[in-house]
Amino acid sequence: MSLKNKLHVLKEKYKSTKFAPAFNALHTFLYLPNETTHGGTHVKAADDLKRTMNTVIMAMIPCLIFGMFNAGYQHNLAVGDIQAVSSGFFSSEFWTLANFTVGFWKILPLVIVSYGVGLGIEFLFAIIKKHEVEEGYLVTGMLVPLIVPIDIPLWMLAVAVAFGVVIGKEVFGGTGMNILNPALTIRAFLFFAYPTWMSGDKVWVEGAVERTNEIAAGANLDAISGETILGSLAQGKEFAYSTADMFLGFIPGSVGETSTLLILLGGLFLIFTKIGSWRIMLSSALGAIVMGLIFNQVVDAGVIGEGSKFYGLMNTPFWHHLLIGGFAFGTVFMATDPVTASQTNKGKWIYGFLIGLISILIRVFNPAYPEGVMLAILLMNVFAPTIDHYVVQGNVKKRMKRLKAKVA
Amino acid sequence: MGLLSKKDAKLITDPLADNNPITIQVLGICSALAITAQLKASIVMAVSVLFVLGIGNVVISLLRNIIPSKIRIIVQLVVVAALVIIVDQVLKAFSYELSKTLSVFVGLIITNCIIMGRFEAFALGNGPWKSFLDGIGNALGYGVILIIVGFFRELLGSGTLLGFKVLGDPIEKTGLYAIGYENNGFMLLSPMALIVVGIIIWVQRSRNKALIED
Repeated sequence: MSLKNKLHVLKEKYKSTKFAPAFNALHTFLYLPNETTHGGTHVKAADDLKRTMNTVIMAMIPCLIFGMFNAGYQHNLAVGDIQAVSSGFFSSEFWTLANFTVGFWKILPLVIVSYGVGLGIEFLFAIIKKHEVEEGYLVTGMLVPLIVPIDIPLWMLAVAVAFGVVIGKEVFGGTGMNILNPALTIRAFLFFAYPTWMSGDKVWVEGAVERTNEIAAGANLDAISGETILGSLAQGKEFAYSTADMFLGFIPGSVGETSTLLILLGGLFLIFTKIGSWRIMLSSALGAIVMGLIFNQVVDAGVIGEGSKFYGLMNTPFWHHLLIGGFAFGTVFMATDPVTASQTNKGKWIYGFLIGLISILIRVFNPAYPEGVMLAILLMNVFAPTIDHYVVQGNVKKRMKRLKAKVA
Repeated sequence: MGLLSKKDAKLITDPLADNNPITIQVLGICSALAITAQLKASIVMAVSVLFVLGIGNVVISLLRNIIPSKIRIIVQLVVVAALVIIVDQVLKAFSYELSKTLSVFVGLIITNCIIMGRFEAFALGNGPWKSFLDGIGNALGYGVILIIVGFFRELLGSGTLLGFKVLGDPIEKTGLYAIGYENNGFMLLSPMALIVVGIIIWVQRSRNKALIED
C-alpha cells in the first residue's frame, strides 16, 4: 500500500476522534486528498492557502541559502581563514563549501526548532479546539530563522516561538485572525526578553559568543566580533563595508536579511505571482526615502553638528537606509502579510508609507532599537484596521456626495 | 466555617474566584501592572489594600446613615485618603526601601477602582460586619492575583523569589544558569504583567465556562 493510501486509511480510522485534524492535515499537506466535493456549485481556483504560503516560502529560499553561505563567510572572515570578497556577487571567497557547511549546520537547527515548536502548537490547538490544522505557520516558520541572529540559543528560540504562536496568534482565533505578524511577535519577544542575544557585536557572527567565553575562561585566542552597520552607525563608529557589500549582502546581520539583491528578487517574484502587494513595498520604500531625505537635509542645514549622537545615522545617505538592516526584508516579506496589513488599496499606500517613515525615525532617534522596521511594522499592524476604516468611510462619504448631487 | 454563616462565607469566597475583582470585573489593573515585577512588592501591596479596604468598608458602613448622598464621594475619599496615609507612613517608617519601590502606587491606592467600587456598591447598603467581610474578600481576591503575577514575573524575570536566588546565581553561573538559562527581561516590563493577567483570565474562563460572556 502506498504511503498516500496508508495515510488515508489512518485518517478514516481516526475520523471521529480528537486526532482527526492532525491526520487530515498530514494527509492533505503531502497529497491531494481522495475526497472530492459533489453537487452544487463550487469555486475552482488554483491558489488555496497552502499554495499561497508555499509561494512565499519559495521566494525566501534564495535568502535562506545565501544566509547559510554568509554565516560561514562572516565566521571564517572574522577568524581570519579567508579574505574579504573581491569580485562582486560571484566571488570565489564567498561561495565555498567550507562557508556553506558552517552556516548549514548552524541554521538547520534554527529551522527545525522553529517549525517543530510552531507546528506542534498548531496541531495541539487544532486538537483541543476541534478544528482543522491551518497552514498559517508555514510562512512564519520559515521567516523566524531568517530574522534572528545566528548565535541565538535554540531554547530561547523555542520559548519565543511558543509565545508568539500562542499569544500572537492562537488567542485571537488562529490563522487569519491575528492582529500582529506572528514572526515579528516572536522577534520582538526575543528582542525584549533577551536583549544581550539580539544586539551588540557578538551575536551576528557564528561562534563569537563562544569565543568570548573561552577567552574569559583563559584561552589564548583572538576575540572575534562583527557589528552590524546600523550598530556601528549608532555608535558613530567607522565600518568597513562598501555599498556593493550592503546591496549584495556580504555584511553581518540576522540570518536571511542581509542580501538586498535576493530580497528584491523574492519581492519581484511575490509581485509577479500577485501574492505580495507592490503598493505596500513601493510605498514603504518611499516613506523611508522621504524620512531619510528629511534627516539628510537637517544635517545639511547645520542643525545637527558632528558632536550629536544622532549625527552618524542622520548623515547616512538616504538610499543607504534601504540597503542596511532589516528594512528590505521586513518590507518585502513581513509588511505585506495579507492578514495583518491594510486591506484597501488606498489603505495599503498609507500603511506602507508610514512603515517606511517610522522605521527610519526609530532607527535614527533610538539607537537602542536599531531594528526600527520591526517595531514600525508591529505598530502599523495595530493601526491597519483603523486606516481601512477611514478609507472605507471616506469612500462612502464621497459616493454619498455624488448621489446627492445627482438627486439635486 | 463554623464562625461564619454560609451567606457570610460567600462574601469572602466569591471575590476569590468567580467574582474576582481583577480577572472578572477587570478593576485595579494599573497597580497590578505597575508593582508586580517583584513578589515582595506584590505582597505588601496586597496587604495594604487588605488593610485599607477592610477598615474603610467598616467605617463607611458605620457612617452610611449619616452621610448625605450628595457628598458621599467626598466622604469616601477622605476615609480612603486617611487610611492610605497611615499605610504610607508605616511603610516609610519600617520599610523605607520597599516604600521607594512602590513609590506613588501606595498613594494611588486611593484611586484604585476596587476600593471606591466596594464603598459604593456594598458598604453604603450593608452593615459593618458584612461590609468588613466583603472588604476582606475583595482585597484577598485582588491580592491573590497580584501575588500570582508577582510570583511568575519575579521568578522568570529575575530568577529570584522574595529576593532569594532560587534558580542559581546568574553571575557565578550556578544552578540553572550553568546550563545556559537566562532571565527573561521582558517579564520585568509592564506589558508582560498584562499578558500574565490575560493568561490567568484565559485559564480561569476555560475552567469555568459560565464566566464567558458574549
